[in-house]
Amino acid sequence: MSQAPSPILEVRGVTKSFGAVDVLRGIDFAVTPGTVTALVGDNGAGKSTLIKGLAGIQPYDSGTVLFEGVEVNLTDPRTASDLGIEVVYQDLALCDNLDIVQNMFLGREIKGRAAMDEPEMEHRAGETLHSLSVRTVKSLRQKVSSLSGGQRQTVAIARAVLWNNKVVILDEPTAALGVAQTEQVLNLVRNLANKGLGVVIISHNLQDVFQVADEVYVLYLGTMTARLRVSETTPNEVVEYITGGKKQAEFVGEGA
Amino acid sequence: MSTTTQQDETPLYMQEQESGIKASLANYRTRMRTGEMGSLPATLGLIVLVLIFAAANKTFLTPLNFANFFTQAAVVMILAMGLVFVLLLGEIDLSAGVTSGVAGSLLAVGLARNGWPLWLAIIIALGSGVVIGLGIGFLVAKVGIPSFVVTLALFLAFQGLVLAIIGEGGNIRVVDPSILAIENSNLPIWLGWVLYVVMVVAYAAVALTGRARRLKRGFSGQAMSIIVAKVVGVAVIGFVVVYVLSLERSVNPKLNPLHGVPIIVPIIAVLTLVFAFILERTRFGRHVYAVGGNVEAARRAGIRVSSLRIVVFGICSTTAAFAGIVAASRAASVDPNAGRFIVLNAVAAAVIGGTSLFGGRGRIYDAIIGGAVVAVIDNGMGLLGYSAGVKLMITGSVLMIAAGADALSRKRSQSVRR
Repeated sequence: MSQAPSPILEVRGVTKSFGAVDVLRGIDFAVTPGTVTALVGDNGAGKSTLIKGLAGIQPYDSGTVLFEGVEVNLTDPRTASDLGIEVVYQDLALCDNLDIVQNMFLGREIKGRAAMDEPEMEHRAGETLHSLSVRTVKSLRQKVSSLSGGQRQTVAIARAVLWNNKVVILDEPTAALGVAQTEQVLNLVRNLANKGLGVVIISHNLQDVFQVADEVYVLYLGTMTARLRVSETTPNEVVEYITGGKKQAEFVGEGA
Repeated sequence: MSTTTQQDETPLYMQEQESGIKASLANYRTRMRTGEMGSLPATLGLIVLVLIFAAANKTFLTPLNFANFFTQAAVVMILAMGLVFVLLLGEIDLSAGVTSGVAGSLLAVGLARNGWPLWLAIIIALGSGVVIGLGIGFLVAKVGIPSFVVTLALFLAFQGLVLAIIGEGGNIRVVDPSILAIENSNLPIWLGWVLYVVMVVAYAAVALTGRARRLKRGFSGQAMSIIVAKVVGVAVIGFVVVYVLSLERSVNPKLNPLHGVPIIVPIIAVLTLVFAFILERTRFGRHVYAVGGNVEAARRAGIRVSSLRIVVFGICSTTAAFAGIVAASRAASVDPNAGRFIVLNAVAAAVIGGTSLFGGRGRIYDAIIGGAVVAVIDNGMGLLGYSAGVKLMITGSVLMIAAGADALSRKRSQSVRR
């Protein structure tokens, strides 16, 4: 094993049940910095529940979460965001009536002496977009309502990067996008990883997964049935795991 | 993947572009197209109304009527400014008018019957606004009653409260000279001009330092030509206003000279600037827009939405209480109907000015421009001898048109998005 930096975020044996329904039955999951990790599975497999636990919205019932090797207790959203875990939800949570800079800094505006330091915020927003090689945006002072779906996704992702987050989790980032915009967003996802962040992408679209991810985890009815390196698997194999046609693969590359 | 050549060209948004007049106009046109009309329709409407009334009646453009117009419009404008905050959240305060009535009657009763010193009466009047506003905010934000219902209930209850405060006998005279001065006295002519110069210089200074700070950060500032145009515009309009208000406007100058800028004008100007600063330059103001635009996004961004709602209702009711003091000054008395009818004019003013009823869109200047439209209709039609009934119907129609335009532009801005 030549690569394998240690995971920045690791989940061991987490469980979660709602009443009598066991949604997560002892999940192991790891995110490595500089790589894109895809999380796939059919509806109801437990993807959202796993993510909500990491975001601190819905704490797990049992199991351990390690962040940079240290055990952490993700019981509320603030803890997660303080650690540098950011989730970009499908509905993006942008304010249409505010512009790009205002959205990126929402809730964390930079203060000058009396008023907000607008030039500084605009400068840093521009730098962040630039560092992600974003070229589709014309002006940082555009209202978000005037942006296309891909551009909105870009703003939401860039906001996650702006705050030096270490793990960015993207929930179906391409679900509502056309071909060209999907391409843009996937490039952006790749750039995130190239910057050294741990990136998790949840997607139903295996084409996207195979284009952008390094590693793919498959959830099936609350259990992690496969962890595969994208270069060593095929879409068909992944589909078999997703549908339960194939069970419990040898976890590839789990030595070390 | 290997073919992606990483060109290091600077993207458009980081480039130094001088935004000239042409670019600004183009920018303006885009905003119009996407339904960001702002206060432009109201401004145009105001100009048309002024032209119509000026043509129809000789008295309309006299200095006397011009000065009267400001004192007439003041209460509605101030109430509307408070309402802009609440409307930005997508909420409403129907009790703002009667809140001003409560504050006014507390002031009048305190001064006339209880012999309170002026400062105490003012503190209690404004304090009543603070308490009422925080109470409304609590009921809306924490208990979860829709603001429409809370403030409708208070609209009824406070009419009773005003009756109870004033008691039998109907009408309380206000004789305190400082209170009366707010709506009835004028600045000395020299002071009017001093304030004018201060205002123009300050405006230019703010525009220039803002530009300098952007340039220092490597951004394009507003082009010098635009700043000059704006400053000259402000200077010319201000000059005309102060000049006309400095003319002798008394019917009988020897007996009873009347000239100078009404005191209420700088009061409204200062209030406007303070509120504009809060809404546009502070984090609090930014968060008001965010909550009005998308509550969920604001919450996820860590904004404490309920506290913010409570503070906003507090601002609105406190502003309304101040409007109550101004109204008491204008009428030189407080009667049991105080504030009952004016709130709808104030809501109309804010909406006519361009503040959206759906939240998230609007500026404090909307209250001024919309308030001016409402006051001009009232004033101009009064001069033409129309009855109160006709004036109400016209004002109502204008509000309907403004609300319709608001709803349509909202639809439009949503359909622009793909």
